[in-house]
Amino acid sequence: MAKRIDARDLNIYYGSFLAVESVCLSIEPRSVTALIGPSGCGKSTFLRSLNRMHEVVPGAHVDGSVELDGQDIYADNVDPVTVRRTIGMVFQRPNPFPTMSIFDNVVAGLKLQGHRSKSELNEIAEGALRAANLWNEVKDRLDKPGSSLSGGQQQRLCIARAIAIRPDVLLMDEPCSALDPISTMAIEELIEELKRDYTIVIVTHNMQQAARVSDRTAFFNLVATGKPGQLVEVDRTAKIFSNPSVRATEDYVSGRFG
Amino acid sequence: MALLQADSSRTRANATSLASRTLPRGTVPGLGIAACGLAALLFSVAPFGGFAGYVVFSGLLFLVAQTATSFAVEGRRHAVDRFASSLVHTTFLIALLPLLSVVWKVLAQGSDQVNGNFLTHSMRNVGVSDAGGGIYHSMVGTLLQGLITSLISIPLALLVAVYLVEYGTGKLARSVTFFVDVMTGIPSIVAGLFIYTVWVLTFGFERSGFAAALALTILMVPTVVRSTEEMLKLVPNELREAAYALGVPKWRTILRIVIPTALPGIITGIMLGIARVIGETAPLLLLLGGTDSINFNALDGPQSALPLFIYDQAGRPNPEAIDRAWGAALALILIVMILNLVARSVARLTRVR
Repeated sequence: MAKRIDARDLNIYYGSFLAVESVCLSIEPRSVTALIGPSGCGKSTFLRSLNRMHEVVPGAHVDGSVELDGQDIYADNVDPVTVRRTIGMVFQRPNPFPTMSIFDNVVAGLKLQGHRSKSELNEIAEGALRAANLWNEVKDRLDKPGSSLSGGQQQRLCIARAIAIRPDVLLMDEPCSALDPISTMAIEELIEELKRDYTIVIVTHNMQQAARVSDRTAFFNLVATGKPGQLVEVDRTAKIFSNPSVRATEDYVSGRFG
Repeated sequence: MALLQADSSRTRANATSLASRTLPRGTVPGLGIAACGLAALLFSVAPFGGFAGYVVFSGLLFLVAQTATSFAVEGRRHAVDRFASSLVHTTFLIALLPLLSVVWKVLAQGSDQVNGNFLTHSMRNVGVSDAGGGIYHSMVGTLLQGLITSLISIPLALLVAVYLVEYGTGKLARSVTFFVDVMTGIPSIVAGLFIYTVWVLTFGFERSGFAAALALTILMVPTVVRSTEEMLKLVPNELREAAYALGVPKWRTILRIVIPTALPGIITGIMLGIARVIGETAPLLLLLGGTDSINFNALDGPQSALPLFIYDQAGRPNPEAIDRAWGAALALILIVMILNLVARSVARLTRVR
């Protein structure tokens, strides 16, 4: 459980377009790392390259390496499906499977990977829903469709679905941007609890949120439109927000641009 | 110009108030009745005639009266709105007219024919000018040919559509799409001739229900591919990504997430495809052989089918045969309708909640 990630000289492409340039970034286990930066700077692209979701887009590819506890996930003999079972992901917009009940949504990952007995699934579903702080709200209507929940509940359902497959790392792509402040708070508390067991990387546009939930913060920036995004600096969150070493970071976090 | 000024002065007068003048309730139906009455009066004095002419004339009269009244009372925007919505409703009714009249005519002519005897007997040993006989042999043929066509077409079409949406990129996918589009436009007689040339003339097989089903397959595959493709494209990419992110392999994502999400639409497309080929006549003329007897074996010997039976009976001079044609037409419509209802309820059971 909870592994570290080291990205080394990672260049990320869409076709021939270089979207993110030579990122070197280490992500500590059992901590929350926030990725901040203006729109289009490649935070989400970088995040998606950490569990090989990037290559789902036609023509997208990377060079460089991403190591999970020392093992390169882009090595030739690594199956992306296995990588994604180890590194889970939560998306910007809640996306429960519309044909499935709440229960089936939570265990979708396990069921679709085959195997597992019914009683085991029950146990895992309850555990994941409890971990996502959703159990008390849905325990009486597990057979109702997932889309019957509110937006915030749906997003927690998606988090439960992601942790039900027991990943080592959890990637979150702006998980609160479609939610109201109360649901956002619920998810932030959840992140606080989850970091005891998981390595968490979160992309956010909300700097207060980055300051609240993360231990380390990485600032990405774009030199100009059409140029690749770059990692400007990464440090303890407190340092990034009070005394960053690069001028551009200070300008961004203090709201002078972006 | 004067009208424009009146219009703008009214706008100014109402600038402080949100309420504006509207037609009093009952004006529109009143105008309708007045238009009908005026048209009736005109038709009784002037040398016009015919019910259709009367309907069209009173409709036009109503349209003009309503738009003019609305323009005078409510202003330009409301008048245009009323004119446009009247137009939309009218065109809807016009489009519905042929459909209703077909159903009405077939029901009126065929309902006397369709009874237990008609549905359970064949035409074997029934003379052309005799009363009696039935369509059992043709229903058996139609259903068997439809079944064989579906068994070949549905898996083929689904796989092609899945390939085009989920896997296909580049030249191959583009040419497959192009040829599917071309095939949608193939005249059914051409499909029949093609199978006749290949299956009967080249390979030397007898004409049979199976040969007809092959031709129908050529007609059904492109329509089902097209509709399934559209339905699969409607499945949001987020769902695929959500499944990938859970470590689900692509094939299982397609099978368990994408297809179930699109299933109601896919079923509707398949039903439209079946409904289309089941009423197809031209390939049957070439390939079925045609018989008055019941033949459950689509691979051996000639079969009959409802469209072929209708064609055959309707072309005969005696009223008994023509009545049988009407009865068979009604049965064909009912079969398509029942298949549709079944498919709709299946789609409802599997619908996205």
